[in-house]
This record gives sequence, structure tokens and C-alpha cells, in this order.
Amino acid sequence: MPTVAKGDGMRGLAVFISDIRNCKSKEAEQKRINKELANIRSKFKGDKTLDGYNKKKYVCKLLFIFLLGHDIDFGHMEAVNLLSSNKYTEKQIGYLFISVLVNTDSALIRLIIQAIKNDLEARHPVHICLALQCIANIGSKEMAEALTKEIPKLIVSGETIDAVKQSACLCLLRLFRTSPETVPPGEWTQRVGHLLNDQHLGVVTSATSLIHTLAQKTPEDFKPCVQLAISRLSRIVTSSYTDLQDYTYYFVPAPWLSVKLLRLLQVYPPPEDPALRGRLNECLETILNKAQEPPKSKKVQHSNAKNAVLFEAINLIIHHDTEPSLLVRACNQLGQFLQHRETNLRYLALESMCLLASSEFSHEAVKKHMDTVITALKTERDVSVRQRAVDLLYGMCDKSNAEEIVAEMLSYLETADYSIREEMVLKVAILAEKYPVDYTWYVDTILNLIRIAGDYVSDEVWYRVIQIVINRDDVQGYAAKVVFEALQAPACHENMVKVGGYILGEFGNLIAGDQRSSPMVQFQLLHSKYHLCSAPTRGLLLSTYIKFINLFPEIKGQLQDVLRNNNNLQNADAELQQRAIEYLQLSTVASQDVLATVLEEMPPFPERESSILAKLKKKKPNVSDIEVVKEGKKSSNPPTLNNSAANTPEATPASAPVPVMAAAPAPAPVQSASDDLLGLSAGPAAAAPVTNNFAAPAAPAGGGGLLVDVFDTPPAQNNVSTALAPQAEENFFKFAIKNNGVLFENELLQIGVKAEYKGNLGRLGLFYGNKTSYPFQFFTPTVSCPGELASAMNVQTKPLDVNTVEGGAQVQQIINVECIADFVDAPILSIKFSYSGSMQQINLMLPVMLNKFFEPVEMDATSFFNRWKQLSRRPGQEEQKIFKASFPINSDTSRTKLLGFGFGLLDGVDPNPDNFVGAGIIKAQSSQVGCLLRLEPNMQAQMYRLTLRTSSKSVTTRLADLLLKLF
Amino acid sequence: MLKFILLVNKQGQTRLAQYYEHPEHDRVSVERDIIRKCLAREDNQCSFLEYKNFKLVYRRYASLYFIVGVDHTENELAILELIHNIVETYDKYFDKVCELDIMFNLDKAYMILEEMVMNGRIVEMNQNRILLPIRVMDQATQ
Repeated sequence: MPTVAKGDGMRGLAVFISDIRNCKSKEAEQKRINKELANIRSKFKGDKTLDGYNKKKYVCKLLFIFLLGHDIDFGHMEAVNLLSSNKYTEKQIGYLFISVLVNTDSALIRLIIQAIKNDLEARHPVHICLALQCIANIGSKEMAEALTKEIPKLIVSGETIDAVKQSACLCLLRLFRTSPETVPPGEWTQRVGHLLNDQHLGVVTSATSLIHTLAQKTPEDFKPCVQLAISRLSRIVTSSYTDLQDYTYYFVPAPWLSVKLLRLLQVYPPPEDPALRGRLNECLETILNKAQEPPKSKKVQHSNAKNAVLFEAINLIIHHDTEPSLLVRACNQLGQFLQHRETNLRYLALESMCLLASSEFSHEAVKKHMDTVITALKTERDVSVRQRAVDLLYGMCDKSNAEEIVAEMLSYLETADYSIREEMVLKVAILAEKYPVDYTWYVDTILNLIRIAGDYVSDEVWYRVIQIVINRDDVQGYAAKVVFEALQAPACHENMVKVGGYILGEFGNLIAGDQRSSPMVQFQLLHSKYHLCSAPTRGLLLSTYIKFINLFPEIKGQLQDVLRNNNNLQNADAELQQRAIEYLQLSTVASQDVLATVLEEMPPFPERESSILAKLKKKKPNVSDIEVVKEGKKSSNPPTLNNSAANTPEATPASAPVPVMAAAPAPAPVQSASDDLLGLSAGPAAAAPVTNNFAAPAAPAGGGGLLVDVFDTPPAQNNVSTALAPQAEENFFKFAIKNNGVLFENELLQIGVKAEYKGNLGRLGLFYGNKTSYPFQFFTPTVSCPGELASAMNVQTKPLDVNTVEGGAQVQQIINVECIADFVDAPILSIKFSYSGSMQQINLMLPVMLNKFFEPVEMDATSFFNRWKQLSRRPGQEEQKIFKASFPINSDTSRTKLLGFGFGLLDGVDPNPDNFVGAGIIKAQSSQVGCLLRLEPNMQAQMYRLTLRTSSKSVTTRLADLLLKLF
Repeated sequence: MLKFILLVNKQGQTRLAQYYEHPEHDRVSVERDIIRKCLAREDNQCSFLEYKNFKLVYRRYASLYFIVGVDHTENELAILELIHNIVETYDKYFDKVCELDIMFNLDKAYMILEEMVMNGRIVEMNQNRILLPIRVMDQATQ
């Protein structure tokens, strides 16, 4: 029987806890909890005379149930009632309940605010403290509006007792964080600074936290605090541990306060006043000196507390970055820690040193520790420490040691933990590009990278190596030779095939003189990989083949055979099929001159920021700062690796005319235009002539525009009005389960769509094809978001560069969409143009619907049913429809439709194999909504029962409406 | 600042949880994931680990784990010792604290924590001062 240590033992609670502990299974536990919840509910409801002791007991039980992982959705009212009790214990338990089990129900908040107000005016300081603690923990905007006025008074008043001041500081801090506008600066701001001089170190600690946050927002207002903080810090570090007895922790005087003061100072640059600066440097030196003194205690608490202050002091030294001697001393100190037996210290030393590496004063000193860090990378048993070692090697790398560091990182990569491989690959790729020994070394390094960790090499990495090879003609022959060699490996990574295919397609001729790599050998080598590759890679290889036709006319026959192969000509993948048809046609119809022009070598890529770096920054936001600092300091030139450049992909216009390879859509990532190797996103002007080149010869064979959708191309009527074009709606809904196809067609104009979605982002390419032989003038497509949609979606349209679409030509427009919140209506695409003197207008719905931002989810039956159950509590979470099938019921078709819609299908969850069970997540920027689906067909009645459950009513309704149209 | 403090036993059961930044959704599964990650670590591994966009600092006492989630502005060692100070304060109040003391006196355990950390920031580190209000309360109820 457990013993109850202190205070008023609550027998009921003890029994309940023992019961739970004795439960043999999860089910038994759940049963016991449900019983208890029912019991408490009825007690709260029925028994009006429940005394304080009993209320407290039930609240404790509810807390315990909460800790077991259950959401508590009642009892808040009772807790609020406790707030108005006069008994301290009851009041305290009421506040505790509210602070831990926050409930944002606004009616309740008003009552809580009233109770807090009453307590703030109470005379008893412990009541005031409780009220302040509560605000500090759950303070909301509403609370800020109602209560802010009172708090500053409490902080600066001479009559307030210390404990209240402490709570008031953190309370104000909370309100400031939730809604800064309700905390206006005033007379109190100056006086709050003087709290740094307070006798009570507890008050100083709280005040420092408050000032730190306020100073980050308006540093000027709190500048006088710098001096106060330095003098306070100086008094602490020079005191002996006996001086500050109350606040000495294992012989270290006020370690937490010291850390906070040092943090506060990091908001500001080094003080300008030489005396003040001297005093601060003295403090920092004292802290560094203390690290060398023999420890006053063998306990780890002593060394931890001491080193906490030391690391924070080093952070400040690095932040100031002006005192070479301090920086070097800091570096030496960290060097000692690198070999310390405490793993924690090694970890922190590596982390801190990574910051030091970016300072020009200590960069050289950091480099001396390279061997130790490399050893750490090889021998540390903790992956988190190894990760820090990788970061530090990356940070200390420069021209002088790049070759060694890259070699070490490559060799480590062979055995590296999966969790850090992707990041390491990016880092190696960046270092190799930034500090190339020469370009052959660069090419070797990247190919090694693909060989060792091909799965982790993202598109950005291989795009980049190709960009660089194309731009430097001194390395092209070498690159062709090494990719040719690499491709001879029996098992080579698909990324290698991509790089190999691309480079041989451009520069295969440079090695064709050698019999061992003759055109035929090159072609056979590449084609031996063809069947093992995914569709995008095959597409790329098809482009290589057409380039070969130009480079090596002697093997044109064999190449045409491949293009002519039924596997390609009738491939289910529209992209492959299209390429095969067009390339074949091009190679048959066009003269050698035309071929040579169309298929000429890629022109140099415009120099732009490496997209790899942008990717690394996205993964680790803090890395970029280091980079920028470092670059900015080392040269007087503007930093080349600037953040802002990475964030504005539009700033990288590709003006180069892009010949044939540009038409080959390499798997363009959706996120940002600068990710894109081929400059597909460079603007419609660049792409348009290319598509022309193709469309002309391909037209007779294909019988339509570029984007022939083999499944449905219903001809639509011409229409000049503001209403939606006929069949616009029908076509629109077809896009619910596909991304590419024809959105609109009449006798004048065809509009094709190609879309890609990832997370909450989407990119649509619209292709406007002029079917007539006369130009469209004043051709202006505009996209608008009507009504509520404007706040739920961001749509960015790149205006067309041209306003005339020539007869038979096609122009492309890129539209980026970002889903902010769930939505119902679609953006409206409105196209106006003048055709042989008369104005035409076509209004269409842009095929962007909620399910486009849907990602499939896999889960097993148990978790599915758990969630399914959870999602049935509130009204609106479930939507059920029973309806007559509009299309013949077919299991395979339904499956394809649901997958196309974006659900992950969960097989085996429903025992009836005819029924479908699916799950997915809507990824909007503001929220993510999990969605569960069950679809039960009834063959005899030709009916369906559709049940959807999500946590959002609007999402449930919208998805159900969309699905209804599909079945 | 601190995002949360968790006290869990070796079986991974949460015995105390205080959030300073309220998790928007799915507290339970995130909490489980964090606990699983910490419990799986060996003694020779360091006491800090990166988790999503923040850091976990944890310390083990026999069968109890303290896990603190912090943002990147906190000093790891200071948090490690904050944990120890919390444990010592519990020890002082409960007299050799054990898991059961916390379970049966949840309100007291929370109250002590409240005196030490508020709004994710340290308020008071002097053990006598921390225990003052609760001792006043104990006297009042006796």
C-alpha cells in the first residue's frame, strides 16, 4: 500500500490511482477511467453541496487522467467556481486546474478574468501571486486587454513585496508576447530597468527575462540596462561563493541569473563607452579564468553550473566578435572540452565552436582542431554529437582544408547514420562547389557523392553539377569521360544515369573518338539502364537520344528504332509517349541543318545562387546566418550567399534562349523557381519558341496541340460573356482526380493545364494554344479570387511577356498557388483577347480544389479506428451521404479515383474487400486537417454510402461535395 | 524559453506535465514520441537532443526522467541544473521524493514547479523561498 507523504491524504484519489496501476490491459484502464469520469461528472452536476475537499479530490483525479493522455472537456466551470473561494488551498487548486487544462472557451475566459481581477485587488499577496501566475501561464489576448493596465504598477511600486514583483514581471512578459500592442511603453519602462539593481536576486532574475524580451523589440528604450546588467554581472562573478549564499548553487554564485544577464547583453553590440567595455571584458576574463581553476567540488552539478555560465560568456564573446584575444581564449577553452570525458561538454563545445568558426579572428584557431573533430566524427558513439562534428567541419572549411574535409566527410558518409545523410550530402555538395580544388575534382566529388549516397542526393545536387559542367568548357571532356566510366558499374544509381545521360547527350562527342567509347557503345551503355529507370529518367534519356541523333548521325537508325518502339510510342505515360512521337517526327522530318539548330549544345546557365544552399537553409534555418556572417566579413563584396537572394526566386531571370533540352521537363520541384535546373520557370517567352519548334512538325501526327489529352477533349462552344464558359464546370471537376489535361477548348483556343502540388503549394502551367492561323491580340489572362477565397488562398500569376499569340502558336503561363486555409470556390481565370477585330472573353474556373492539397496517410487498422472514433464527438465532423451511382460501379475505377483524389487507401481495415477505407491530410498553411473516409458500394442497388470524418466542418462538407461528383 | 516540462517513469507513463506553450494538436502522440526518444537513449549519450524545431534536455533519476523542451535561446547546461534544482526542491519538501509522492500529491508538485518556472522562464531558484508559500498553506490547513 502506497504511503502518502504529506498533507491531507485523499483516500479516494489513492484508491483510484491504485486501481489504475493494477489494470492489466489498456482496455481495463480505459474502462476504469470512463467509470471515474462518469462519477465525477455526476458529482459535479448533481451535488451542489460538494465541499472544497471533495472538489479538490476530483480535480486531482481529473489531472491524473489528463496525464494518462486523455483530454478533459469538463470541470472547467467547477474550477472557475473554486477561484472565488476564500480558502487559499481551494483557490490554488482552481488556478492549477485552469493553468494545466487550458480551455479557450470565451465565456469561461470572461469569468476567469473577473476572478483574476478580484484577486489582483485583494489584500493578500498570496492571492495576488496566484492570479499573476495564472496570467503568466495562460494569458491570452483577451486577458491582455482586460488586465494590462494593472501589472506595470505592481512591478514598479515600492510597496509591492518581492514575490509579487517576480510574478508580475513574468506576467507582463506573457501579455507582451501575446499582444505587444496592449503593453504600451511608459514611465514604467525606465523604472523596470532599475530592478536589475534590486537586492533580491529572484526579482532580478524575473526582471532580466522581462527586459530581455522587451529589449529585443525596442532595443533603444532599454539601452541604459546594458550598464546596469554589466555592473550586476560584475558583482556576481567577482563575489566569492559565500557572499550570495541564498543564490549560490554548488559553489557557483547565481548561475541562472548570470546566464540570463549574459543573454540580455547579447541583444546589444559591445558598449561604446571604453570604461564600461573594460568592465565587461574583465567579467568575461574572470569567467574564462575560473574555468581553469581547480573545481571546488567533484559533483557534476558544480561543473555544469560553472560551465553553463562559461558557455554563455563565450556566446557573448562570439556575438560581439571584436576582441581577438577573448575569441582565441574561448577557442582554446572549447578545444579542451572537445576531449573532455563528459559527452555533454563535447557536444556543446562542438556546437559553440561552429559559431566561432565564422569569426575572422578565431577561424584560424578553430582550424587547428580539425583532427580532433575528424576523430570525433569517427569515434563518437552518440549520433547527435557526430551531427555536431559534421556541422563544425562544414563551418571550419575553407580553401586550405576543403580537400581533406570533403574527403573525410565522403568516407564517413559510407557508414553515416541515415538520419543525417541527406544533410551531409548537401553539405559536401556545397563545400565542393564553394572551394573547388579544380573542376575535375569537383566533378569527381559529386559523382562520388552519387555513388556513395545516391538515394540521398536530391535533384538540386545533380542539377547543379550539370549547370557547372555546361558553364565551364574546360571540364566537359573530363566530365563525359568519368560519367561514362561511372555508368559501367553493374549497379549504378538512377541519379548517376540522369547525370550521365544529360552529360553524354551534350558532350558525348568529346569522347567518341576513342573506340572504347564510340557513339554506339555510349548509346548501348545508356540504353542498358533505360528499362530499370523511372519515367522521368526515361524521358531524360529520350532527350539524350535525340541529341545523339544530331551528334552521331551514323547511329540514327538504332536511335529511331528505340523511339519507334511500341513501348515508347504507346507508353501509358503521356510525357514519354509525347517525347517519343515528337522526337521521332523531328528526326524524320527536319533537315540536318534544322536538327543542328534545334539540338545545339546548351548555352551557359546564368550564374545564380546555388539552389543547394537554399535547400540546406530550408532544412536548418540557423545555418544560413553563419554563412552570411562569414561571407560578409571575409570580403568587402556583397555576400554572394545572401539570404534574400535565395528567398526571391523571381530575381533569377534566365534570359538565355533555351534550345531543345529545355522542353524536356526535368522533374521540376514545386517550391521555388530557383530550384529548377532547366530554367523552365524562367518565363513563358523562353519556353514558347521551343514548343513551337515541336508543335509544328508534331501537329500532323498528333492531330492537336501539344497537350493532347487522349481521354477527353470535348469541344466547347465559343462564348463571349462574363458567365462561365459552357462545360467549364464539367471539365473543372475532372481535374479533381488528375493534374494534367485540357481545361478548355473551342474552335479558336485550347487551354491545357499541367499542375504539380506539394504540401500547401501548387504550381500550374497553363498552355494557351491558338488553333487559328491568325494572331490573337491583346491576349490577357487574369486570375482572381472571389469573395472568401481571397483570404484562403494566395495566387501569384506571372504576367505574359507577350500580348499577342501568333496563329498556331502556344504560350505558357505559370501560376503559383498557396493554400492558406480550406476553401470551397475556385479561382476564376478570365481570358480576354481580340480575334479578327472582335473581343472575346472566356471565364473558367481554375482547377484548384481543396483535395489538391491532400497528402495520403498510411496507418494500421487500430490507429484508424482510434481516430475514427475520436472524430465523432462534435457535430459537423462527420458527413454521410447515401446516393445513386452516377457511373457504373467498378472496384478498380473507384480505387484509381480515390487515389487520384489524394487518399491513402488502407487495405484490410474493412473486412469487406468491396469497401474502401482511406486517410489523408489537408495541408493548408494555417492548419492541417486529417480526413478519414469510408466508401461502401452496394452493387445490387447501384448505390454508395459515403462517410467522411474530419476535424473541420467546412472541410468535411467540401470534400464530400467533391467526392459526390466522382461516383 | 521552456516549452514544457515532463516527468515520466521508466515505463514511459507521464506523471507530471506542464506546458508553457500549448501544443496545438495531438499533445498525446507528440508527448509519446518525445518520451520514446528519450527513454531509448543510453547513459553514454549526451543529455540534449534536437527534436523538430526545438531541443530536449533530459536527466534521469533512478526510474524517473525529467524532460524539458526548450527553444534555441536557452542554455542547455543551465536547464540541466534547473532540473536538478527541481528534484532537490521536491526532495526537500517530500523528504526523499519518489514517484508515488508525486502521484499522490500532484497539486503540491505542480505548485512547487509553479514557484520555480512561470511562463517558461525561471522565477526563483532559492529552495527556501520556493517552498515558502506551500509551507504557509500547509500550516493553514493543519
